[in-house]
Amino acid sequence: MNIIDIEHIAKIYQVGTEEVHALQDVSLRIDKNEYVAIMGPSGSGKSTLMNMLGCLDTPTSGKYLFKSENVSQMSDNDLATIRNREIGFVFQTFNLLPRSDALHNVELPLIYAGMSYLDRKERAEQALADVGLSDRMHHKPNELSGGQRQRVAIARALVTKPSIILADEPTGNLDSKTGEEIMQLFHEIHAKGNTIILVTHEEYIAEHALRIIRLKDGLIENDEVVSKRYTPNGNIAAE
Amino acid sequence: MGNIIFEFKEGLFIALRALKANKVRSILTMLGIFIGITVVVLMSTAIKGIDNSFQKGISALGSDVLYIDKWAWFSNVEWWKMRNRRNITMEDYKKFKDSAKLPLAVAPTLSSRQTIKFGDRRVDNVFLNGSTSDYVKTTNFTFAQGRFYSDVESNSSRQVVVLGSEIAKELFPRGDAIDKNVKIGKESFKVVGVLTEQGSFILGPFNPDNRAYVPIGTIFKNFKTMHRSTVTITVRAKNPALVEETKIEAEGVMRKIRGLKYDEPNDFSINQQEGLMDNYNSVVGVIKIAGLFITGLSLFVGAIGIMNIMFVSVRERTREIGIRKAIGAKKRTILTQFLLEASAICVVGGIAGLIAAVILSMIINQFIPTSVQVDVVIIAIGVSLLTGILSGIAPAYTAAKLDPVDSLRYE
Repeated sequence: MNIIDIEHIAKIYQVGTEEVHALQDVSLRIDKNEYVAIMGPSGSGKSTLMNMLGCLDTPTSGKYLFKSENVSQMSDNDLATIRNREIGFVFQTFNLLPRSDALHNVELPLIYAGMSYLDRKERAEQALADVGLSDRMHHKPNELSGGQRQRVAIARALVTKPSIILADEPTGNLDSKTGEEIMQLFHEIHAKGNTIILVTHEEYIAEHALRIIRLKDGLIENDEVVSKRYTPNGNIAAE
Repeated sequence: MGNIIFEFKEGLFIALRALKANKVRSILTMLGIFIGITVVVLMSTAIKGIDNSFQKGISALGSDVLYIDKWAWFSNVEWWKMRNRRNITMEDYKKFKDSAKLPLAVAPTLSSRQTIKFGDRRVDNVFLNGSTSDYVKTTNFTFAQGRFYSDVESNSSRQVVVLGSEIAKELFPRGDAIDKNVKIGKESFKVVGVLTEQGSFILGPFNPDNRAYVPIGTIFKNFKTMHRSTVTITVRAKNPALVEETKIEAEGVMRKIRGLKYDEPNDFSINQQEGLMDNYNSVVGVIKIAGLFITGLSLFVGAIGIMNIMFVSVRERTREIGIRKAIGAKKRTILTQFLLEASAICVVGGIAGLIAAVILSMIINQFIPTSVQVDVVIIAIGVSLLTGILSGIAPAYTAAKLDPVDSLRYE
């Protein structure tokens, strides 16, 4: 079953008197347990597409079916529920709550999901353990390194067991070694059966994925399954 | 349902943490509400206190008592018309007493301002109240010591005096007034009784505590000439339900005594404490409204301060709002969070203000009476909560409707 089924969506922004066609006509299907990279130069519409896929924004026209549900017409509150249950976000700038410790940051989506205190604590601790941060649960973001922060963010994305993980330049604010570690974590997550959508403009990051979608001027330029990809240990291997 | 409770707890948790994170700012904002609630509560306890003591004072006058007088306490009749009225004389009083059937008691009263001395101690400008022994029946007097002057003493104009509690306190600090001779004017009077505290400060010279009571004959003898004086006939109805009938009877009897024709207006007035009450309400009512309005303004200024700081808070935490929305916070959740923050400021400030007001009113109570009541406490907390919600609503709504995409990008 397709998790994401996009048909001819377009997004037009009004900037002053000018209309900006951020997305012209994009159709796209993503299956369960796919590992997709969305690439493109700035202005190609990849951020807009990511906002669409993440249900942060709705298209001007076209249809977006998320697990067969039409989300293109949903209200803000229904979209919030979809984001909470189905989508795990990982951002370039981590976007953790600065005053909350790691555990509370990871717990937050579960609070909004209405999970009881003990259940969510257990789930959040487990999620932090899964990203190797059992010993950092009560540290605040400013007491953690960049890599650790991104791990907290990944734990937060995973804790609700979402249908897709949406990562927007997840290594953009990290040095290359830490970046590789994070990418390795994504491999592990993918291997456990999760669906990952990676938005990046770095070729070598995109090559971690199994499928690369290239955008240009709000249109899909290229959509191909990768033949050569990085393996978790960093070598190039034939698929 | 679970969601709402968790969101509420999370909201409260965030609100308190946000307040803690900006301690100085929170305290300064609270100060506005603190001052607002303090003055509003203080104002209302003062009003309540003054009301209470007025009620107490006026009940010392008795709701079932009528005062037949040349002068009206409150009326539209020009003062010179009243001045030209004939005096009410002792003769009128005697005729009235004989003719009126309904009253429980009838007594003539006449007052004179005098200085009372005992040894080195003196009280100036005492309202000396001259009457008959029936006067005590028109009051609810109770005695700390001794008794009211008797029928015999009153009829024979004996130089005896009953002291109000304040006068007695001034002249006899040790409380040994009975049987002492005090000087009223140049005359010597024997103290036969001392009243317990009756009224309240608000009646001023009318307060029984600041008066002295002597047989009316002694006033004519020593201080005033009878033919120039007008007495007040004090009439007490058998019970408050009979006041109206007693009044109607009194009017008829008086008109007859004064020989008025059917088309002539009354040349006397029948006064009642009710009129005093109306007058009080019309004067103090305005002061009350003005006072609460002015103090309310300071609360309003406090509320503006909160609204202002909440807008700043929303602006500062735009990114946080974006993050929360991205991971599933609904509009309602964000709205609740900021409303809770504003309410927390107000309630904490309000409770502090309430405590301050209670302490202050205890201090002020030493000078003028105040009265802190449970309803004031509840209203004060309610008002602070309401202020918080009202002043938080616009900023909270702004936060709730932020676009997640824009706010995530906000620096």
